[in-house]
Amino acid sequence: MAQEAQKEKSMIIQKEMVSGLFNDLAKAKETGKKVCYTFIPGNLSELIRVFDMLIVYPEINALQSAMRKKSATYIKEAERHAHSEDVCTYVKCDVGMMLKGNIGPTGEKIPEPDVLLLSYTGCFTFMKWFETLKREYPNAEVIMIHTPYQENAEMTPQMTQYMVKQLKEVVIPKFEKVTGIKYDEAKLKRHLELSAEAEDWITKIFDTTKHRPSPIDAYFAGVYYIGPINIGFRGTQQAVDYYKELYKEIMLRVEQGLGPITPEGEMKEEKFRLVVEGPPNWTNFREFWKIFYDMGAVIVASSYTKVGGVYDMGWRHDPSRPLEALAEYCMNCYTNLNLPQRVDLLAKCIEDYEADGYLTNSIKSCNSFSAGQLGMMREIEDRLEVPVGFIESDLVDPRYFSYSNIKNRLESYFQMLEQRKLIKAHEAAEA
Amino acid sequence: MSKYYLGIDLGSTTSKAVIINDKDEIIGRGITNTRANYKVAADIAREEAVYDARFTLLSNRLKHDLEEKPEFKTYMEDIRSVFQYRQFKRRMDSLAKMLRYTVSQFEHDNKDEVAAKLEEILKDIEPKIRHEFLFEGLGSKNQFFRDIVSERYNQQVAESAKGLFEPLMLAFDKSITPVENEMVQFNFKELVDEAMKELDVKYQALLRSPETVKKEDWYYAELNAVANNYKNVETSIKEHIDSIANDDIHITNMVGTGYGRALLPFPEDCIKSEILCHAFGAHAVFPNTRTVLDIGGQDTKAIQVDSHGLVTSFHMNDRCAAGCGRYLGYIADEFNISLNELGPEAMQADKETTICSTCTVFAGSEVRELLNNGEKRPNILAGLHKAIVQRAMSLIARSGGVKNEFTFTGGVARNQAVLKYVSQMVKDSYGDVTMNIHTDSIFMGALGGAMFARRNISTHLPDQKQAVTA
Repeated sequence: MAQEAQKEKSMIIQKEMVSGLFNDLAKAKETGKKVCYTFIPGNLSELIRVFDMLIVYPEINALQSAMRKKSATYIKEAERHAHSEDVCTYVKCDVGMMLKGNIGPTGEKIPEPDVLLLSYTGCFTFMKWFETLKREYPNAEVIMIHTPYQENAEMTPQMTQYMVKQLKEVVIPKFEKVTGIKYDEAKLKRHLELSAEAEDWITKIFDTTKHRPSPIDAYFAGVYYIGPINIGFRGTQQAVDYYKELYKEIMLRVEQGLGPITPEGEMKEEKFRLVVEGPPNWTNFREFWKIFYDMGAVIVASSYTKVGGVYDMGWRHDPSRPLEALAEYCMNCYTNLNLPQRVDLLAKCIEDYEADGYLTNSIKSCNSFSAGQLGMMREIEDRLEVPVGFIESDLVDPRYFSYSNIKNRLESYFQMLEQRKLIKAHEAAEA
Repeated sequence: MSKYYLGIDLGSTTSKAVIINDKDEIIGRGITNTRANYKVAADIAREEAVYDARFTLLSNRLKHDLEEKPEFKTYMEDIRSVFQYRQFKRRMDSLAKMLRYTVSQFEHDNKDEVAAKLEEILKDIEPKIRHEFLFEGLGSKNQFFRDIVSERYNQQVAESAKGLFEPLMLAFDKSITPVENEMVQFNFKELVDEAMKELDVKYQALLRSPETVKKEDWYYAELNAVANNYKNVETSIKEHIDSIANDDIHITNMVGTGYGRALLPFPEDCIKSEILCHAFGAHAVFPNTRTVLDIGGQDTKAIQVDSHGLVTSFHMNDRCAAGCGRYLGYIADEFNISLNELGPEAMQADKETTICSTCTVFAGSEVRELLNNGEKRPNILAGLHKAIVQRAMSLIARSGGVKNEFTFTGGVARNQAVLKYVSQMVKDSYGDVTMNIHTDSIFMGALGGAMFARRNISTHLPDQKQAVTA
C-alpha cells in the first residue's frame, strides 16, 4: 500500500484491546488461567468470562494468519497431514498453524485448550474441527451442545428451554469442573447488561450507512468494527467504551459529509452502494477492498458482520433471563436463520440503506454460507429488482483468489450498475 | 462526412473488430487470432474491418448491378478471397524468410538436409494455398494465417524423413511467432489492383480451358457468366475504387472490450466489460433477447438482459476451462483434426459416449482410453460436445435460467454439434423458447462495443434501435 493507513482513536483502542488479549493468552500458563477454544457464531463470551477463562477463536486465528500471508504454508502443512483439498480452509489453516507450533499473530505461542466449547452446530464443520482438535489435545474437556436451526423462522419457548437445559446440565457443570469456579449468575447478568449496551451501539454504528455518503464501509471496515464484540469483549466495559468512541468518530464524519476511510485515505466519491452477502477473502483482503473503493463502491450492509450476532431486528441479550438470553443468542446468529429470514434481513438492508446492488461473494470452502446463496440472490433480485452480482473466492486459501477473474466480474458488475442508474435517472426525468 | 464507430473485442482466442455507421448498421468486420502482441491482434482485426467496410461501400455503390447481374456477385466474392490471398502472400513471404533464417541458425548435423526439405515444402505449399484462395474460396472460410500455413506445413513435415521432423517443427514454432507479431502495412488500392490482376489471369485461363477442374454444372454456369463478362465488372469497379480507397473511414469513437481489453491502447472510458458488450450486441440483432449464452475461447457467460439490452445479472465460469472453446481446441489437438471438423464429425454420431471427466486435460486421457476400447470417434466427439453444453447449461441455471428469447453467441456458436445440444437441452429444461443464432455470432461483443461507442457510453442512453446487419 502506497499510503500509510489512517489511524483513528478507535483503531488504536482496538489494537490495544487485541494485543492485551493475546498477551493474556501468552501468559496463561503463568497466571494459571484456563483457556477455552470456541467459535464466533454462538460464542458464549459472557458465560466464559464468569468462569474467568481466556478465549481462543480458531477461525480468527485462521483469518489473521491469512492476512499475515501465512495461511498458504499452514494449509499445505494440514494437507500434508491428510486433510483433503475440499476441507474448509479455516480448519486447515488452524490445524496447520497448530502443527507448526501454534504461534499466534503477536508472535507468541497460543496456549493449548482446557476446554473445547461448541455452542453452535449450524456449521457441521465446527463439530468435525473440534473432533480433530480433540485428537491433538487429548486432555481438553470437550463440550458440544446442539443449537436448533430456525427452520420455521422462529425461536420457540421449547427450543429455548432445550438450549437452557444443555447450558445448565452440560456447559455450566463442565466449566465448574475445569475451572474450579462456581457459577455466579449475578456476575453473568452484569456482563449481559454490558453486552446489550454494546449491541445497541454497534447497531447504531451500522445504521449510519443510511447517510449519503455513507461514513463507513460496513463490510471491509465492518469486519474490524465487529472485532471487539465478537472476540471476547462482548459483556465488558471496554467494548462499550470502544463502540461509543467509534460512534462519535463516525458521527463526526457524518457531520462533515465525509465518506468511509480506506487504507489509502478517504473515499472521495460514493458511486455505488452495495449490500454484500458472504465472508470476505482474507488472503488478498486489501487488494479485494481496493477494487471496490477504486470504483467508488461502498458496502452499506453485509451479512458477514452479523455472523457473531444479529442485532438489527431488535434482539438483545436480556440480563433478566440470563440463560435464556444466551440460548437465544446462539440460535439467532446469522447462519442459523433460515433462508427466507436471511432474505428478509438482507432485503431490509437494501431498502433501508438504499443500496444500488446486491453482491454475493461465494466462498469455495464454506458450506454454511454457500448453501442457498444462489436462491437467496434470485429471490432478492425478483423481489426488489435490484441488480445482483456473483463472485467466487475463498476464506484463507490464496489458491482460490483470482484477482483478474474477480476484477473482471466486478468491473462488469459496476458498469452494469452504472447503466441502471442512468436508466433510473432517465425514467425519473421523464416522469 | 459519414461517421463510423469501432468496437474491438480482444478475446482469448480471437480478436474481433466491427465498424458500424450512425444507424447501427455493421459495415465492416475483421477477425484474427489473438497473439502475444495484443496490439498487433487488435490492429489486424481493425485493418480487416476497415477493408471490409470499403468493400461494403463498394458493394453499396454497385448495389443495382449486384442484384441484377450474377457476374457482379461472383466477381465480388472472388475478389475478396483473392484480396485476402494477397495479404496472405505478403505474410507468407515474410514467414518463408524467417524460416530460412531460423534454419540457417541451426546447429543440427543434418542442417543442409533440413534447409533443402524446407525449400521443398515452401515450394509446394504456397501454390496450393494460392489455388485454394483463387478457386476454392479459402478466403471465406474464416481461417487465420497461422492455421492455414501450419495445417499444410505440418502435413508435409509429417510425411518427411525421420530426423527432419523435429528440426522442421522447431523452425516453424520459432518463426511463426515473430511473423505473427509484426504489423504488416497494406495499401487497399494496391491489394485490389493485385487481386484484379490475379483474377484476370484466372478468368483468362478459364476461358482458354474451362475443363481444368472437375466441378458441378451450376458452378460452370456462374463461372462462365463471370468469365465472359468480367471485364465489365472490372470496369465498374475501377470507376469506383479510387474514391472508395481514398474515402476516410473516420472512426468517431471506439470501445474496446474482451478479455484483453485492459491492454488495449484506449482511454479508460473507452474500455467496456465484455459482458455488457455481448449482451448489447446480441440484443441489438435480436431485440427480444432476454437470455444470452456466449461461449468463447476461455470463458462462458450466461447473461440476462432487460428490454433495453442492459444486463440484469450474469454468471461466468471460474477456475475451469471445461465448457468453453478451448476445450474443443484441446480435443481437436488430441484427435489431430482441425477445429472446423469437430462439429461435423460429431454430427455423424449414432449415440453420445458418456464423458465422465469434468476436466479438459483429463478428458483427453479419457478419450484415448475410449478409443482403445473401440468406441467410435464420432460418438466420442458427440459426447464431448454434449459435456460442454451441460456445463454451459449449469451456468445458465445459476444465472437465472433461460427466458424467451434466447440468443447464443461466441465463436463456439458456429459449431453445429454444440448448437444441436444447446437446442435440445434448452428445450428439455425450459420448453419451447425461441433460439437465435446469427452468422455474426462471433462478432456480438465487438458489435456491442461499437454500439456503446456510438452512444458515447455514459452520456447517452442506449436506445432500442435494432442493428441491421449489412
